[in-house]
Amino acid sequence: MSGDIPKNLRYAETHEWVRNDDGIFVVGITDHAQEALGDLVFVELPEEGREVNAKEECAAIDSVKAASDLYSPVAGKIVAINPALEDEPEIISNSPYEDGWLFKIEPTDINSLDSLLTAEQYKQKLEEA
Amino acid sequence: MSKKTALYQKHLDAGAKLIDFGGWEMPVHYGSQLNEHHQVRQDAGIFDVSHMTIVDLVGENIKPFLRFLLANNIDKLKQTGKALYTCMLNEQGGIIDDLIVYYQSNTQFRMVVNAATHDKDLAWIQQQNTNFNVQITERTDLSMLAVQGPQAREKVKSLLPEALQTSAMALKPFNACWQADVFIARTGYTGEDGFEIMLPHEQVSDYWDKLLAAGVKPIGLGARDSLRLEAGMNLYGTDMDETKTPLESGLTWTVAWQPDERNFIGRQALENQKSTRHPVFHGLVLLDKGVLRGHQKVYVENFGEGEITSGSFSPTLNAAIGFSRLPAGDYQQVEVEIRNKRLRAKVVKLPFVRNGQVCVDLNIL
Repeated sequence: MSGDIPKNLRYAETHEWVRNDDGIFVVGITDHAQEALGDLVFVELPEEGREVNAKEECAAIDSVKAASDLYSPVAGKIVAINPALEDEPEIISNSPYEDGWLFKIEPTDINSLDSLLTAEQYKQKLEEA
Repeated sequence: MSKKTALYQKHLDAGAKLIDFGGWEMPVHYGSQLNEHHQVRQDAGIFDVSHMTIVDLVGENIKPFLRFLLANNIDKLKQTGKALYTCMLNEQGGIIDDLIVYYQSNTQFRMVVNAATHDKDLAWIQQQNTNFNVQITERTDLSMLAVQGPQAREKVKSLLPEALQTSAMALKPFNACWQADVFIARTGYTGEDGFEIMLPHEQVSDYWDKLLAAGVKPIGLGARDSLRLEAGMNLYGTDMDETKTPLESGLTWTVAWQPDERNFIGRQALENQKSTRHPVFHGLVLLDKGVLRGHQKVYVENFGEGEITSGSFSPTLNAAIGFSRLPAGDYQQVEVEIRNKRLRAKVVKLPFVRNGQVCVDLNIL
């Protein structure tokens, strides 16, 4: 069970996905990750304007089971967070790749996207695990 | 190699996600822990708790033995079938396990102890038995089901052998009845009404199938944990262990101090601790956004520091709740450190929920 893995996105080993929207990177967690977490009850997002490094811990998701830290896949500045998640974290479970996005980053380096896994590579990683 | 209950295949058939629990491969959920939680609060759910250890104790000296072995006093049990919740302590007053003991006759009692503590419990009980010569038999031939929720007893009724139906439905809370190897107790670990049923492995699948057919839903260990937490019930190994006494674990009510002359294991240590300023156990509701989890640090202004012992999101309160071991003192609010932030939490009287009803004032949120 690896869940849905859209071809057009890039992935971090820590199960975040990244979409390039005209130079702004949208970040969320994968279908596989939300499924593993179970019922979500609380999401803590970074503050807008915060500068983050690649692989820096910057958000957290609590499910009924446990708390999980989330990492910024690339370096940059947080320019937006998904306001809907504060009251309805379950949006992530229902729509991990669209309505359930977590935050948007203005990347320090637009090419940093290339350092992330492709859909094929992420799929392979899940199968190995 | 983890052990499997007689219902292992039934769990797979029901779509269970399995995890290791105390050496047993057990269902943690069957899809959604939240839905399972609400199912028990609002209707009826069934738990396979066959991993728990059932021990029968038989002998002329059974009463003196249990008076010595257990911190609560079995002499409180006046009527056949009555159950007692108690701790079993070491000499230092530390909790070896918490358990339920059922009074079956003046020469026979049944005990149900935890799965993860199976080996050390049996070794300890045998060791203490040296001078009492009680016959101790683990009932590995029995499965155990818990059917819990406001509709639970009604749904179980028609499945019971005729000879047991009337007596089972007439049971008061914390009482049991039995016939041959089918044992029905009106007990549980959810804060809801219901039964715990011990029965031979060969019969358990039939009960399981029929209860599912009657609309009772299977419930995993995940919801079992959030239900017991809301119900204010401790979990061994998490909320207390051999380094903690009942007085530090919210279980002072289970210690029978009277009569003075009853010498139970750990008594002297508890008597000594009683007159000291020892840590206390409190329920907490988190006022800020977040979720309480075990081992988070708690700051109590003017009194010191403590720790969350177990915590979770409460589906019934729609808030984060937890148990904590804190310094003694007069205070109503504390701070919990969660991800380097200090969040406010309110001390509340346990339980959080009982029989579907919220017991804490939600206006604090």
